[in-house]
Amino acid sequence: MYKILEKQVLSDVTKLMVIQAPHVARKAKAGQFIIIRIDENGERIPLTIADFDRNAGTITIIFQELGKSTLQLGKLNVGDSVATFVGPLGHPTEVENFGTVVCMGGGVGIAPIYPIARALKEAGNTVISIIGARSKDLLFWEEKMRAVSDELHICTDDGSHGRKALVTEPLKEVLEDAGRKVAKVWAIGPAVMMKFVSLTTKPFNVPTIVSLNTIMIDGTGMCGGCRVLLEDGAQFVCVDGPEFDGHKVDWGNLLSRLSFYREEEKAAVEHYEHTCNLDKAIAEGGK
Amino acid sequence: MAELTTQERMKIPRQPMPNQDGEVRRANFDEVALGYDEETAKKEAERCLQCKKPLCREGCPVGVLIPQFIKAMREGDMAGAVEAMKVKNNLPAICGRVCPQESQCEGKCILGKKGEPVAIGRLERFVGDYELAHRTCPLVSAPATGKKVAVVGTGPAGLTCAVDVAREGHKVTMFESLHGPGGVLIYGIPEFRLPKGVVHGEIDYAAKCLGIEILADHVIGRTITLDELLAEYDAVFLGTGAGLPSFMRIPGINLNGVMSANEFLTRVNLMKGYLFPQYDTPVKAGKSVAVVGAGNVAMDAARCSARIQALHAKKTGAEPGEVHIVYRRSRDEIPARAEEVHHAEEEGVIFDLLTNPVEILGDSEGKVVGMRCVRMELGEPDASGRRKPVTIPGSEFEMKVDTVIMALGTSPNPLVFVDADGLERTKHGTAVADTETGRTRKQRVWAGGDVVTGAATVISAMGAGKRAAADINAFLKGQSSW
Repeated sequence: MYKILEKQVLSDVTKLMVIQAPHVARKAKAGQFIIIRIDENGERIPLTIADFDRNAGTITIIFQELGKSTLQLGKLNVGDSVATFVGPLGHPTEVENFGTVVCMGGGVGIAPIYPIARALKEAGNTVISIIGARSKDLLFWEEKMRAVSDELHICTDDGSHGRKALVTEPLKEVLEDAGRKVAKVWAIGPAVMMKFVSLTTKPFNVPTIVSLNTIMIDGTGMCGGCRVLLEDGAQFVCVDGPEFDGHKVDWGNLLSRLSFYREEEKAAVEHYEHTCNLDKAIAEGGK
Repeated sequence: MAELTTQERMKIPRQPMPNQDGEVRRANFDEVALGYDEETAKKEAERCLQCKKPLCREGCPVGVLIPQFIKAMREGDMAGAVEAMKVKNNLPAICGRVCPQESQCEGKCILGKKGEPVAIGRLERFVGDYELAHRTCPLVSAPATGKKVAVVGTGPAGLTCAVDVAREGHKVTMFESLHGPGGVLIYGIPEFRLPKGVVHGEIDYAAKCLGIEILADHVIGRTITLDELLAEYDAVFLGTGAGLPSFMRIPGINLNGVMSANEFLTRVNLMKGYLFPQYDTPVKAGKSVAVVGAGNVAMDAARCSARIQALHAKKTGAEPGEVHIVYRRSRDEIPARAEEVHHAEEEGVIFDLLTNPVEILGDSEGKVVGMRCVRMELGEPDASGRRKPVTIPGSEFEMKVDTVIMALGTSPNPLVFVDADGLERTKHGTAVADTETGRTRKQRVWAGGDVVTGAATVISAMGAGKRAAADINAFLKGQSSW
């Protein structure tokens, strides 16, 4: 069992947890992920490592409450435990001094882009960061991102904070600025956002790394549930990734595969809320 | 009871094992074979002729003392039967269920020459189940030696090795990447062939008796590497299996509804997807499922598909649908056990033999809607003596399916070889190891089971784990140097 040592509410639906997992913290690097399972009946879901502390033996995860498991996880508190916490999985981000780089985080993707931006900054890069979300209350870590960036752009879809724009707009301006010479772009966020970032950088021929969040079960390469189509064939996100060249990804296939269990995901939430209400009713009835 | 004569023994017919009815069991995941009761077990045990030179033992990869345990059984000494069993085999409830006895112990039984062999597997299962219920003979380990052994992987090879090493008094730690031990016994073989309670029971019991530590959620090559283990342990055994699934290289392989048998079976067995939404992991088997391949894994996937369809139909009132095994060779070449094929047929699985997919077809949303296949015929035998399937020109046709499960075999996971300098591997991705001792080309590292042989059987992995354990024990005692 892996204990929750700290919990922060970053927005109505975005939560941060620091989990005690020395076996993972010992080896964790920016860009890798973990698989978590809440309890005996739980499913295994992947979450990117947002931060780690080797000395304390902890891993920080950030998640958005989108379905049954993340809703349930969000209800847990400091002192509670989760049944499974395995990692670090996947390849770490390749960090070196590239020159000027752009780090893009969309929504909950701001969390995993943070350690990458930090590592790139520490390696001597000029870091331009662009973060965005649907609205102000879904944004977080603005100050943390500012601290590891030479320049920070903030966008919201509805204009409630920062610029009213999609993250691809400031990206395009940066790329068009001949004086900047962007060497590489990293993008983490919803698949659609990463797709459009890749489409934006393609005409400029700027290498673009995306971190794919596909459906996974084991996360160790034994099932292929996470496989993604690249120009040169299928690969497993959990062992070959999670980072890939965004210009080579078949985004249509990726988006279609993400939606395969949509009905079941809905049913799971309904079942969960139904049992929650039932528990509540029984508890109240017992008074 | 008076001693029977040989002739009297030979007149007793082989006792049948009661099974759940095919129609009924298609809609549940309960065990199909129900096991002997005490009376039947005793009657079957009476058939054994107690050969002076028991051939059955030669057929057993771990050399179980077969006549001895059967003799104790028919004398009513169940504790004695367990004791005789556990000299060589610590996991009888598992072996009795999943070994292909027809090609091992029972295949060599002298009674099989004229009639039917003694049902050794069924008797072994009876002994194992008895022990799980009564705990007569706790495993005991020798005094602690102070030596430490790491066993990576908790499948049949690792478990067997761990138990044999721990019995000698060495401290054993097992590393498992998934959230619980058992390997293929848990995620691969379905509940209806091998109940998970039996697997957990047998593993917990052995680990507790012998003080074996099991660390789940540890992925070799990621959480911990082989070189890190060697710095801490006197010996390392790799029983990491062959978990990496193969996919056909045909168009449409990434469509929604195409999955590996490993993914499908892991969702069903390990994650209990058939109990969704009580369990969180969903699993889908559409109205028309094609399982490509005809090994034991293919039969498991097909039979699980049939059950999920039936459970779904029961819930929604819809028609249950169809499950097809699509295999490019003919019935004679089917690699699965005859019993499994027979069970699959009883449960309504359709066999499309001499058929090979060439493309998977999808709709505009990327969902599987069909499979383009060709008919095959068997050509001349190749170097290995197997007749090679050859496409019949112009035989192309379409199958209407909405789910395709690839059961084409597996190879070792490359993660095992991360930070493992000197651990040699073949071009098939398997670890190079001596078949007798399990020694790899890297000092103090042994390997056995599917990681060495590629996908094979549970019992051959157990045999390899046992041989490696013997060599590790000799090495740690200083009886042999590297």
